[in-house]
Amino acid sequence: MKQFYYRGEPQVWLTAAALAFTLLMALTLILVVMFNGLGAFWPKRLATLELNNGQAIMGQVLKEEPRPYDDGTRMQLKVGNRDLYGLDFRWVDEDKVERLYYQEDAVTVERETYGDFYGFLSAVVLPDETRNSGDLWQILQQERDAALKIKDKVEKIGEKISKLNYAMEDVRNTVLELDYKGVPADAQPRKELAHKSEALEEQFQALVKKQRAHEADMALYVAEFEDVNGRGVEVPLAEIVRTYKPNQMNTLERAGVYASKLLELFYADPRESNTEGGLFPAIFGTVLLIFVMSLFSFPLGVVAAIYLSEYAGDGPMVRMVRIAVNNLAGIPSIVYGIFGLGFFIYGLGGTIDQLFFPERLPTPTFGTGGLLWASLTLALLTVPVVIVTTEEALSAIPGGVREGSLALGSTRFQTLVRILIPMASPGIMTGLILSMARAAGEVAPLMITGVVKLAPALPLDGQFPFLHLDRKFMHLGFHIYDMGFQSPNVEAARPMVFVTTLLLVLIVLVMSAVAIRLRNKMKKKYTFGTF
Amino acid sequence: MSSALKAHDVDPQTDPALADPVIEVENLDFYYGEAQALFDLSMLFPRRQVTALIGPSGCGKSTFLRCLTRMNDMVDISRMEGSIRLDGTEVNSGELDVIELRRKVGMVFQKSNPFPKSIYENVVYGLRIAGINDKDVLDETVESSLKGAALWDEVKDRLHESALGMSGGQMQRLCIARAIAVNPEVILMDEPCSALDPKSTARVEEMIKDLREKYTIIIVTHNMQQAARVSDYTAFLYEGVLVEFGKTSKLFVKPQNQQTEDYITGRFG
Repeated sequence: MKQFYYRGEPQVWLTAAALAFTLLMALTLILVVMFNGLGAFWPKRLATLELNNGQAIMGQVLKEEPRPYDDGTRMQLKVGNRDLYGLDFRWVDEDKVERLYYQEDAVTVERETYGDFYGFLSAVVLPDETRNSGDLWQILQQERDAALKIKDKVEKIGEKISKLNYAMEDVRNTVLELDYKGVPADAQPRKELAHKSEALEEQFQALVKKQRAHEADMALYVAEFEDVNGRGVEVPLAEIVRTYKPNQMNTLERAGVYASKLLELFYADPRESNTEGGLFPAIFGTVLLIFVMSLFSFPLGVVAAIYLSEYAGDGPMVRMVRIAVNNLAGIPSIVYGIFGLGFFIYGLGGTIDQLFFPERLPTPTFGTGGLLWASLTLALLTVPVVIVTTEEALSAIPGGVREGSLALGSTRFQTLVRILIPMASPGIMTGLILSMARAAGEVAPLMITGVVKLAPALPLDGQFPFLHLDRKFMHLGFHIYDMGFQSPNVEAARPMVFVTTLLLVLIVLVMSAVAIRLRNKMKKKYTFGTF
Repeated sequence: MSSALKAHDVDPQTDPALADPVIEVENLDFYYGEAQALFDLSMLFPRRQVTALIGPSGCGKSTFLRCLTRMNDMVDISRMEGSIRLDGTEVNSGELDVIELRRKVGMVFQKSNPFPKSIYENVVYGLRIAGINDKDVLDETVESSLKGAALWDEVKDRLHESALGMSGGQMQRLCIARAIAVNPEVILMDEPCSALDPKSTARVEEMIKDLREKYTIIIVTHNMQQAARVSDYTAFLYEGVLVEFGKTSKLFVKPQNQQTEDYITGRFG
């Protein structure tokens, strides 16, 4: 036994078990998130339930479980039709169900408002006449395309209108500036501006009129549906996101719908207070935030670490600073958030507003939360990580290389730039990866520095200066919190919460993977052989 | 100057090589913090000759070598007193341009330290940092330096591959090529062969003999045979004190000092 112990087997097992346990936990987390997130998008069949009270229910059976209050079981159904029933999820006691069957003609309609509709197609109404003859399903598909074409036009006009809005806002701000400067009311620039404003207003009205006309056209294409109990609903064709007959589809067709739903996550805007639709603005906001954050924290951290490692020497003061930097990484992130709010937003932002945009006050321009301030706050939060890893990477370079360079008559700066930084670059990249991962997961500091539930515009668009760092933005981490804990319709939001989590993990993984690839390339280039 | 030599069996009157030394060291003391590492060292290094520094570990050979090109500057607690003159210019002076000094005095270390760059870029590193980027000049320097370090034939086809893929002996010769690329006056070698196999050692020694025609070489070595083989002059250091300095042919055959004799015959050290 003693010999067995000394050979070290138990120690090996213990360490292996610890690793296995950790991996298992991580894997379980990912699997739970994947199962709950991705499973919800599979187009399930629509079951019709006849109850013993004569009522009928149609919906997707989500789960069955024992009732908590007696011995029976109950099932949860997603019944949709929020506009008809108010609630789109329902528990049904199983012993009240007389019959459960699947009707071939059952239709799932994903709508832009009120969520899914489950029922039957009864008529398609067109601008000219009601056409109930022939294959309704086919007519629906055809005419929906026609309606969508009009919708395209409406959207294009909408874009023009937003551009006009932008120009009008510009004029308004210029007028405010003139007011602030005390330019007299009859001055030439004012007249020009008034002129410009009028012209813009005219264009604006014309566009709005055109848009309204198209919208009216579009509203003439309507489909009529009935739920399982015969209650009718009219849905404008342009508002149908997707429609299919789940009880007739084979696995391949289901997979097609599933794929298109998943893809929608990446490019579409959210609907129904974020519980449906896509995540594009949040994905975009998250990535842009991390990117801008890196732009600040990376150079700052690397340069600071270079000073600490190469020039500062090793006195008690430097040791104090080093300890302080290490501990900086441990401060709760909400503290950084509050600092960001107080220092960046109210301090810096407020000052910028007073200096450069005084005419717009009290409406803040930079003196309110926005991408810039959130990035700076996160940069502050992650800079210690960059400093620590960079310093470690620099100190890991063998002294001989440093001396070799100096002995050839290079200055310390030349040695730094030509030899040390390239050699430390894999380590520096590690710091960048760690800081990006940390920043991607932060929510608390963002909530008070500029993240919003629904941003009206992306921080990057076609309007000069293209990157609008003063704008508020959406973020996946906040999205999770908001949908999971602030949503009035928890059941409907649940799959989105999981899938958003999955996406956030995915984004961190992709960014890390890219950085790790880069690091390995550098490693190969700068460190192998005998040192 | 004569005081530097009076204790030793060398005489500029009879030995013309000593009349025009490239480095003169006078009363050099060196301290690491409180500990003194070199005691009142005085000697000179004859031009275009190989001088070997021998002595047991910790006797201050490497420290002395590093003093010559002010490599100890980077050790915060070090202190140097006395005089080192390179071609008459005081080395131990705050006004000296250390960069300029290090261009004139190259150094090769015990452990080869190629940079993580290509072979070509390693050789031209000294030129590039001096601002020389003319491709013709660089190409020419690479060829002549690598030839000087007897490495050209082995690497001429892979000049742009990483230097880190070379063998240990090749790396050390690359470091020598890198040192001679800037065309220094003096090359300091700190036990250049201690990590090399006998074959590589022989090549490096061969090369040192060739380099003597153009450069002054100062080599620290633990290997008595090597000192005897490659050097013209030998200095024996013991506990920070220069015990004996003389022509290698004399010092190894008929040492003046008992300590020297004991050391070179292997009785201690």
